[in-house]
Amino acid sequence: MKNPTAANSPPPTTDRPTRSRWAIFGEKTLETVIRLCGISAIIFVVGIFFFVFKEAMPMLGREDFSVTQFLFSREWYPTSEQNVRYGVLAMIVGTFSVTVLAMIIAVPFGLGAAIYVSEFCGPRMKETLKIIIELLAAIPSVVWGFIGLTVMSQILVKYAGAQVGVNILNGGIILALMSVPIIVSIGEDALKAVPDSYREAGLALGANKWQLVYRVLLPAAKNGLLAAVLLGVGRAVGETMAVLMATGHAVQIPHGILDSVRTLTANIAAELGEAPEHSDHYRVLFLTGVLLFTITFVVNLTADLVIRGLRKK
Amino acid sequence: MSDTATSITPANTRLPDRPPAPEWHGAEARFRVTPHVLKTRRLEAVAKWIFFGMSAAMIVPLLAIIIYLVERAWPSLSLDFLLNVPAKGMTEGGIWPALVGTIYLVLISLSVSAPIGILAAVYLNEYAKDNWFNRLINLAVINLAGVPSIVHALFGLGAFVYAAKFGYSILSASLTLAIMTLPVIIASTREALASVPMSFREACWNVGASRWQTIKSVVLPNSISGILTGVILQVSRAAGETAPIMFTGAVFYKAVQKGDLLPYYLNEQCMALSMHLYTISTQVPGVKESIPYATAVVLLAAVLLVNLAAIALRVYLRSRKKW
Repeated sequence: MKNPTAANSPPPTTDRPTRSRWAIFGEKTLETVIRLCGISAIIFVVGIFFFVFKEAMPMLGREDFSVTQFLFSREWYPTSEQNVRYGVLAMIVGTFSVTVLAMIIAVPFGLGAAIYVSEFCGPRMKETLKIIIELLAAIPSVVWGFIGLTVMSQILVKYAGAQVGVNILNGGIILALMSVPIIVSIGEDALKAVPDSYREAGLALGANKWQLVYRVLLPAAKNGLLAAVLLGVGRAVGETMAVLMATGHAVQIPHGILDSVRTLTANIAAELGEAPEHSDHYRVLFLTGVLLFTITFVVNLTADLVIRGLRKK
Repeated sequence: MSDTATSITPANTRLPDRPPAPEWHGAEARFRVTPHVLKTRRLEAVAKWIFFGMSAAMIVPLLAIIIYLVERAWPSLSLDFLLNVPAKGMTEGGIWPALVGTIYLVLISLSVSAPIGILAAVYLNEYAKDNWFNRLINLAVINLAGVPSIVHALFGLGAFVYAAKFGYSILSASLTLAIMTLPVIIASTREALASVPMSFREACWNVGASRWQTIKSVVLPNSISGILTGVILQVSRAAGETAPIMFTGAVFYKAVQKGDLLPYYLNEQCMALSMHLYTISTQVPGVKESIPYATAVVLLAAVLLVNLAAIALRVYLRSRKKW
């Protein structure tokens, strides 16, 4: 991104007679502090990876632990006496299934709402909808989880014929509602970034609004919309409290959307409190954290590259 | 003739009937609503309603759910509920200790993340040139916002509780929250700083002010309210988070006197509203039915009110902005 401030730096002055040496020293110190705060974000991201990886590392060097088994075994018996098994495949499948279901629900609705907000509604309606969407995004995840646990599970038992109310469908709906605001706001930004001349050209050719959206705006904004979806995926994969409370707690490979599952995040949240400090179980949970960090890092990085590519164009 | 006339008409505007065209065509050559125009308009209306329905389908059920929550919570909602301490193994009573704990966590995390976040935004907006290093910083901010909350919890546990030896305490939990909410402050402060026109800075430089003097006397005063909005949003985010404090300093239960304002020290553990909601709705059997609902409503109301305050501030600012 081009920074307008840096391009127009103040012109060098030849004489500065009035300021004391201390004032200049103070200013230099302050600017150093500002620079330090500027790079703090890098320090924190590296720090997060370092500390989480540090706790997980002793497990990686061990003879009786293999990463392949960790990733591809469905046996998770962390507290068993004779037969300890740390396989998170069931949790990976759980995370995957809940996220995919959430996106199946959230992407059409989110993009639809983004198109409506950006193209179809009047300015007053637009303001109102944007405020509502902002408020939706602010609802804490533990409240979402509570809604899943109480309201949604009752509805699912009553109308969907589920045996247990907390299952993939429940978690998927809750996660969809949680990721819609982010999809709408980023998607709307992407549509707003399409130059008005495109719309004018379309209208001048006699296209109606639906044709305009379908033939002109969606292709022109597809990178931005893809980024919106990716950020929604990132949010859904990383969500903890809501899925902890809404997906049930069964470590199993699900067979249908009414089965209970456990996700990677929920697994850490549920078991970290019980795992003795610096035990194998504890370290494996940190290793799961490294896995999650990597997944969300890649997703966010991709989204950022997609957006950046858009800006360059 | 009428067909070509309609197809170059902007589809969303209703043209008034024109006066009759010059007679040279022989026929009546005014604008007419042809079947093609009708079809176009119908299609457009249908598309509009479909997209409206998609927006409504996300919002209306949620409003219904919130009304339902308030209705279920009603028997317990009172001032006493806020000021009382939990009783009988958390199955009855109020939420006072959790409320105070949340306020403490939010304030301490704010006092850490606000200065760092604001200065970081000042660096990114006022000092940073467009080079690979500063692009890396931007990338780091984006990724910091995307790190799952439970990974923040693991980080807090590894870094603050064990490595820095703060133990399970308010301090560890607040620091974890502070790092987690840093991107919120950085993003909104940057937006506020970027909205100050370049000419303001140039005017200040031209009278001989240095970069920092310009920032101090022109840029920050002109963006202070936008920065405040970011701070308010940080408060709402920090108040609602559960996972990062769960393993760094929040506990299920802590005995506190009713109405005690200073029940906690920095090195102690505390209760928090979000954690309390999780605990009483999943871990404690036999809780009086309306209490979890009331806790959820209190948390939801607090967060939404704080956000509404931020939105109101922003709308007010936009209305009186002079440039």
